[in-house]
Amino acid sequence: MSGWPILSLTTFLPLIGALFILVTRGDDATAVRQMRWTALFTTLITFGVSLILLINFDKTQTGYQFLEQAPWMGGMMTYQMGVDGISLPFIILTTFLMPICIIASWGVEKRVKEYMIAFLVLECLMIGVFSALDIVLFYLFFEAGLIPMFLIIGIWGGPRRVYASFKFFLYTLLGSVLMLLAIIAMYWHTGSTDIVKLSAAGAFPAEMQTWLWLAFFASFAVKMPMWPVHTWLPDAHVEAPTAGSVILAAILLKMGGYGFIRFSLPMFPDASLYFQPLVFTLSVIAIIYTSLVALMQEDMKKLIAYSSVAHMGFVTMGIFSLNQQGIDGALYQMISHGLISGALFLCVGVIYDRMHTREIAAYGGLVNRMPLYAFVFMVFTMANVGLPGTSGFVGEFLTLMGAFKANIWVAFFATSGVVLSAAYALWLYRRVVFGKLEKPALAHINDLGYREVATLAPLLVLTIWFGVYPAPILDVFGPAVEGLVSNMKLASAAAALALQ
Amino acid sequence: MYYLIVFLPLLGAIIAGLAGTSLGTALRASFASPGGDTGHHHDAGHAHAAHDDHGHDHHHGPMWPAYLTTSLLFVSAILSWFAFVGVLHGAETVKVPVLSWIHSGTLSADWSFRIDTLTATMLVVVNTVSALVHLYSIGYMSHDEHQPRFFAYLSLFTFAMLMLVTSDNLVQMFFGWEGVGLASYLLIGFWYKKPTASAAAIKAFVVNRVGDFGFALGIFACFAVFGTVEFDALFAAAPSAVGKTIHFLGGDFDTLTVICLLLFMGAMGKSAQFLLHTWLPDAMEGPTPVSALIHAATMVTAGVFLVARLSPLYELAPNAQTFIVVIGAITAFFAATVGLVQNDIKRIIAYSTCSQLGYMFVAMGLGAYGIGMFHLFTHAFFKALLFLGSGSVIHAMSGEQDIRKMGALRPYMNVTWIMMLIGTLALTGFPFTAGYFSKDAILEAAFMGEGNPAHLFAFSLLLIGAFFTSFYSWRLMFMTFHGTSRADQHALEHAHESPQVMLVPLYVLAIGALVAGIVFAPFFIGHHEGEFWGSALFRAAGNEIVHAIHDAPKLVVWAPTIAMALGFGLSWLLYIKWPDIPARIAAQHEPLYKFLLNKWYVDELYDFLFVRPAMRLGHFLWKSGDGKVIDGLGPDGVSARVVDITNRVVALQSGYVYHYAFAMLIGVAALITWFMFGGAH
Repeated sequence: MSGWPILSLTTFLPLIGALFILVTRGDDATAVRQMRWTALFTTLITFGVSLILLINFDKTQTGYQFLEQAPWMGGMMTYQMGVDGISLPFIILTTFLMPICIIASWGVEKRVKEYMIAFLVLECLMIGVFSALDIVLFYLFFEAGLIPMFLIIGIWGGPRRVYASFKFFLYTLLGSVLMLLAIIAMYWHTGSTDIVKLSAAGAFPAEMQTWLWLAFFASFAVKMPMWPVHTWLPDAHVEAPTAGSVILAAILLKMGGYGFIRFSLPMFPDASLYFQPLVFTLSVIAIIYTSLVALMQEDMKKLIAYSSVAHMGFVTMGIFSLNQQGIDGALYQMISHGLISGALFLCVGVIYDRMHTREIAAYGGLVNRMPLYAFVFMVFTMANVGLPGTSGFVGEFLTLMGAFKANIWVAFFATSGVVLSAAYALWLYRRVVFGKLEKPALAHINDLGYREVATLAPLLVLTIWFGVYPAPILDVFGPAVEGLVSNMKLASAAAALALQ
Repeated sequence: MYYLIVFLPLLGAIIAGLAGTSLGTALRASFASPGGDTGHHHDAGHAHAAHDDHGHDHHHGPMWPAYLTTSLLFVSAILSWFAFVGVLHGAETVKVPVLSWIHSGTLSADWSFRIDTLTATMLVVVNTVSALVHLYSIGYMSHDEHQPRFFAYLSLFTFAMLMLVTSDNLVQMFFGWEGVGLASYLLIGFWYKKPTASAAAIKAFVVNRVGDFGFALGIFACFAVFGTVEFDALFAAAPSAVGKTIHFLGGDFDTLTVICLLLFMGAMGKSAQFLLHTWLPDAMEGPTPVSALIHAATMVTAGVFLVARLSPLYELAPNAQTFIVVIGAITAFFAATVGLVQNDIKRIIAYSTCSQLGYMFVAMGLGAYGIGMFHLFTHAFFKALLFLGSGSVIHAMSGEQDIRKMGALRPYMNVTWIMMLIGTLALTGFPFTAGYFSKDAILEAAFMGEGNPAHLFAFSLLLIGAFFTSFYSWRLMFMTFHGTSRADQHALEHAHESPQVMLVPLYVLAIGALVAGIVFAPFFIGHHEGEFWGSALFRAAGNEIVHAIHDAPKLVVWAPTIAMALGFGLSWLLYIKWPDIPARIAAQHEPLYKFLLNKWYVDELYDFLFVRPAMRLGHFLWKSGDGKVIDGLGPDGVSARVVDITNRVVALQSGYVYHYAFAMLIGVAALITWFMFGGAH
């Protein structure tokens, strides 16, 4: 295997599939069918190849593996790819969710060709984000990923899609411009765009770290999203098609958290420590504020979107607790939230496809006609509230534990979020699923079909499996996080020494 | 053997839940259509067929899930008794590793079983009552079309409870803790068509989460202070923390006191102690067998078990212990007063449960862990008996639960009457029944607890509580079975004694309620107490309370029995001799009556203090915070300006997507340009 650029292969395989779809002629039923199947096969093969990565990955190492290097742009930059224990799980999550998204999009009838191409291009860019080891390469993947997402919301979205994409545009533009400036400054200072070199201890003086940290923060905080730059997310989710929501919640949001761990902590350790109180404050506000807002939502997708913001609050809190439990928990929470929120959006999609409304009040008593749906939705609702035995618990628990070690007040307020999450999630479930089936429109609603079972079942199995036996994930990023934390400690000790 | 004890119920739950319920049918039906709105007609036919299968052919669904889960539970129960008999004369703590779980840095929490006397006691209680409740439910739920789902939930609950009592670390305990909360939620809301049942289910879950909030913080504190969440390591490290303080929420407090109080908060939620008790009476919306199993015998005692399990920590935190005594005593008193005036047969017993849990906590706070556990043990028998007995009454009366609409039912159901009578005697502490041994021991211990004013306070409240207990228990008996009939004629026509499948569990529990005290007292609190508990319970040096109770003054020994007799007498006077007096008393003291009837207005207070403000705040933050402030100043405001400008500068309306792509392109171009030229020199 060693001779193969397996990481690049994983990254660009989806593009090959997209090319096939591009050259597929005609738009009659046969061609459309062919496009769907091509997309599905491509994503499945990509998933398969990414599993090769996982199998050959050496869990005991802290550094990057599957390294690939090639000069680029006339030697100005290097095309440099590699994964460590932190990025690999995100790549697998991406390749795992894509086939599910394609299956969930089987019912899309409008411009199928462009739709499938957009998703495949998006997959390529998302994998690229997690495997790029050159900061410019990262930036390209990171920013370019927005274009297909944009198209997905803007073309296949709901009635207010233009407003939603515009909001999205404004927020992300602000962040990315600042990040771009920071990248330029970093190159100016070190003469390198190599992430490994930039992460070396003492690469940047403390003063400079502060500004660079803030610039990166602007971009990642929008992406997470953190309070108060979160308001684009509910709108984007509401307007996005189901598969778009799944990708948005499951992968795109995680890029912010990944960015914090990959860039902010190792490159700007002093600034990270300095801004810890800021991030803690924003995280705690996010958890409580958005949970309260979620309580009052009337639109199912909006409710889940707000719940996502609250969960991402746990992630940022965990990351900036700057200890092993906190960061392990944040990473775990991101992976687990990818499964759970993705599944919840699929659950909303199931009934939206049938009734064409996301209004909570339009439902009630679904369990009478849809026992299978009720069961699946219950499992994911419980996972969302972090019930032990589901993957949601492990992440939430570890982030809180990490936060408690760093600051008891933060843990105190954040833990109250678990009460609120139970309230809004169970109340949603009750209004949609329980009760008598009284609305005449629901009288003939049907339970899950095989295609829907195919999308939800893998997520359900993994949600429980990772709740009971999280070792497969925790062991992968454990050593990398350990390395990161010990480097951080060294850096802050050095900074303390320099101050004296 | 322990694998079987714990996992057989899970196996039953999974098989019954997936294959036995409508899930199985729905899953098979799902293969007929892809889902969504395609193939609507085709689909409808299938779903309809599936529906018919349940609705008409057989009203109660298949019976095999009930038989399967019940049989598995009986196997578990029998094995548990073997385990229990094995520890009667002392045993080493056995540890059985199962699977690795959460490892992160120095934190490690694994799935494993820890079996000692404490666990074995709980295994017996949980599995015995659970097996009997399963059996009883075969009769009680025979008319319910969702019966397989019911049995799946019951077994799931049992599994979670077993994970709780066998855990070897705080995190697995938390798993069981929340797991029983889930099962309780599912079972309270079992009749999902009833809005009150769904509401009660959510309330139970959320109020329990408030307690779990404290429990979780307690676990975090343990890890932060001791660096471990495993019991043995925790107990070994605990003495080193004596006298140390922790900076917690703006002040410095004694470390162990903080940890113990946080963990106790979890116990207060699960065991429905005063302030967090509000969910328990509402939980009576669930089917009665559920009330017997979860809300009387097992789950609600988890808090008591928690304190016993962590006795090495609590023994070192005397302030936390005092707090437990006070909360327990207040609960015991408060719930008993409310129980005096309730009219719903199940709610009376629910408040009685709440009150009895208060007794157990007083014992725990006193450091008399063995006595508290003994009361937990005996209470499981007689309270489950009372609940199942009242279920038998409700079943016979076609669902009627209001005791004002009963009366003189004894001729219709003589066996049930005898069973309820035994339960009542045991609850009120009639000499030589189970409650007589355990409850009286708690009172004696409270009296003998040296020097602490809280102990005397507790003794007084518990004594009054014992009088009230006797009063409301006999009131229930008299109003249900004796006096004149106030029942609806229609209901009476159908009134009947329950079938044997429901009565057999009652017989078994009745035997327990009669003899569990006299048989097991020597082990739990008597001569064999030391070797029985072994290392499972920890008592600090100088904690001699279990022995001190033998020196209690005669008057103290007799006091509970006298209180019981007085309660019986007053009840007899008011409800048999002069049955029109209670209404007159209620009318004369209307404010007090209303206060008690409305449960001290705690629910209303919480609604006012927490629920409405949270809703209002949520609405405000959404509309004003997100809508006006953030969006108004941020994207909407900016976009309004941008649109103004673009409209002026560019007459052309372009798509925003292209705006963005264009901006991206400029950015990338700028970057490349800069590298090409800026970096060159």
